[in-house]
Amino acid sequence: MRAFRTGRTPPRVGDGPFFRRALIGAVLIVGAFLILAPLLIIGVEAFAKGWQVYRDTILHPDTRHAIMLTVLAALIAVPVNTAFGVAAAWAITKFDFRGKAFLLVVIEIPFSVSPIVAGVAYLFVYGLQGLFGPTLDAYGIKILFAIPGIVLASMFVTAPFVARELIPLMQAQGRDLEEAAASLGASGWRTFFSVTLPNIKWALLYGVVLCNARVMGEFGAVSVVSGNIRGQTNTLPLHIELLYHDYQAAGAFASASILALIAVFTIIAKVALERQGAGRVRQAANPAENAS
Amino acid sequence: MKIRLDHVVKTFQTFRAVKDVSLEIESGELVALLGPSGSGKTTILRMVAGLEFADGGHIYFGDQDATDIPVRDRGVGFVFQHYALFPHMTVAQNIAFGMEVSKVKREKAAIDARVDQLLHLVRLEGLGDRFPAQISGGQRQRVALARALAVDPKVLLLDEPFGALDANVRRELRRWLREIHTQLGITTLFVTHDQEEALDLADRVVILKDGHIVQQGTPEAVCRDPQSAFVMKFLGDANMLAAEVRDGMAYADGAVIEASGMADGKAELYARPVDLDWTPGGPGIAANVSRVMDRPDGRRVIATTQSGTHLELDVEPECAVKSGDIGFVTLRRAKVFAL
Repeated sequence: MRAFRTGRTPPRVGDGPFFRRALIGAVLIVGAFLILAPLLIIGVEAFAKGWQVYRDTILHPDTRHAIMLTVLAALIAVPVNTAFGVAAAWAITKFDFRGKAFLLVVIEIPFSVSPIVAGVAYLFVYGLQGLFGPTLDAYGIKILFAIPGIVLASMFVTAPFVARELIPLMQAQGRDLEEAAASLGASGWRTFFSVTLPNIKWALLYGVVLCNARVMGEFGAVSVVSGNIRGQTNTLPLHIELLYHDYQAAGAFASASILALIAVFTIIAKVALERQGAGRVRQAANPAENAS
Repeated sequence: MKIRLDHVVKTFQTFRAVKDVSLEIESGELVALLGPSGSGKTTILRMVAGLEFADGGHIYFGDQDATDIPVRDRGVGFVFQHYALFPHMTVAQNIAFGMEVSKVKREKAAIDARVDQLLHLVRLEGLGDRFPAQISGGQRQRVALARALAVDPKVLLLDEPFGALDANVRRELRRWLREIHTQLGITTLFVTHDQEEALDLADRVVILKDGHIVQQGTPEAVCRDPQSAFVMKFLGDANMLAAEVRDGMAYADGAVIEASGMADGKAELYARPVDLDWTPGGPGIAANVSRVMDRPDGRRVIATTQSGTHLELDVEPECAVKSGDIGFVTLRRAKVFAL
């Protein structure tokens, strides 16, 4: 049977030329005003008072300290949450146990709870009037208004990122590969590193990149628990706010440009990772030449 | 290695998947576990492999109680329905995996030599550098088999090994697996829901229903002497006629067949399509033809008896019968089961 060829592509649903152009145009305009314009403003304003002011702001000890603190928080929170995410995804997708659905919900809580609520909750747990506050204080351990509090708050907010990337993928992959590895005599660790990890690595890196971006940009939860002490517990986002309230617009924008830069790198990394993932799929899609 | 299952029980939550199954598989035997879905056949296979643990009973490998030995130490080769090849490894790396993770360390050259040997065995020479996604389904399943054989397993376990393949490839692989089994003589247990596959391939067929073994024996024994209506129906097309047994004879719609040793009372009479014949003039079961289906090796006639029962019978290609004909169905042989 041969289909009639009219030389025209058959119209699909919603494929009228007017509708198509209107929709694409609307998305482009909204995207430009809502997302692109503010980002461009940051770049313009950061250098509004010249390269010298920009350099001075960035090199100011308080700014440098804020950058260091942000990087430190990421260096701790991202690996911990990566380990947590992998463990949680493994547990949920490879084992059957009671309360599995509940665990899934618990992992998602930070997505639905406002970060500031998380910050306040930490105040009640670790604050001087809180649950563990007096005990910790007696031993001289400072969590709130110090680096541990910042790291904890960042970890809370970003806990779901890695797990959320891995769970759907690992669910789709099933348990066959791990069972096959085990039947061939591989230990649990060997199975994880030789079989599971190579098949989830792109999704894992993707989750890590998103997690890192969020840790570095986190404002709400950290602002409650850090205490905003300049040069001591001020992370980069908090520092930007501080500068802005001090009427140092150029400084605020200069600092903001660093976060924006991190965001750009994140996006590049994300696209590159997706390419890698897609590259594997393309290779996998190669049909067999000689079927048996 | 001889395998023995001794009163094995497995329950999932509240569902009893396997109820008190005892089974012996002789060393070097090729045994099929045959049953409809939900009959517990895959669960039994996974318990033998150690991928599932039995709730009760014992599994012996030879004289050793293997019930609680975890899968990685049990020394079985397992082939999955969907191949479960490692997608990021080449065919050769897949086959070598078991040897590389083994506690018994081998030289790289020894592993390579063994991989080549296995590629030759499964007739995939030259495909060692391909990735699983680059070969066909039939080739993938052969790689999976080579990978399972690489660790010199005591037993080979296959879970619906040809279930995901199309009919022609399936038939070819079936013959080929039989050859490999003859060549290696490894004790093999495989699961299938396809009776043709089980009968084609196995030395012995174990038929399961609802977690029980309902019958086991050679393909000849289960085909010629099904012990229950379930086995009769499961092994192939079967016609059923309500019958009545009186004095060692079964009467059904005007047909009479011997049923010696059966108690008087209601019964069911089963006959395969080839056990029935068509004659235009009696005697026999009066019926009219509602449809004739032509096949390469004969004709299948669908006839309706006066009591409204549909009968399917296979007749010779030369038999001139057509839809609407009225005539008689004769019984060449049949099985009678008491209700």
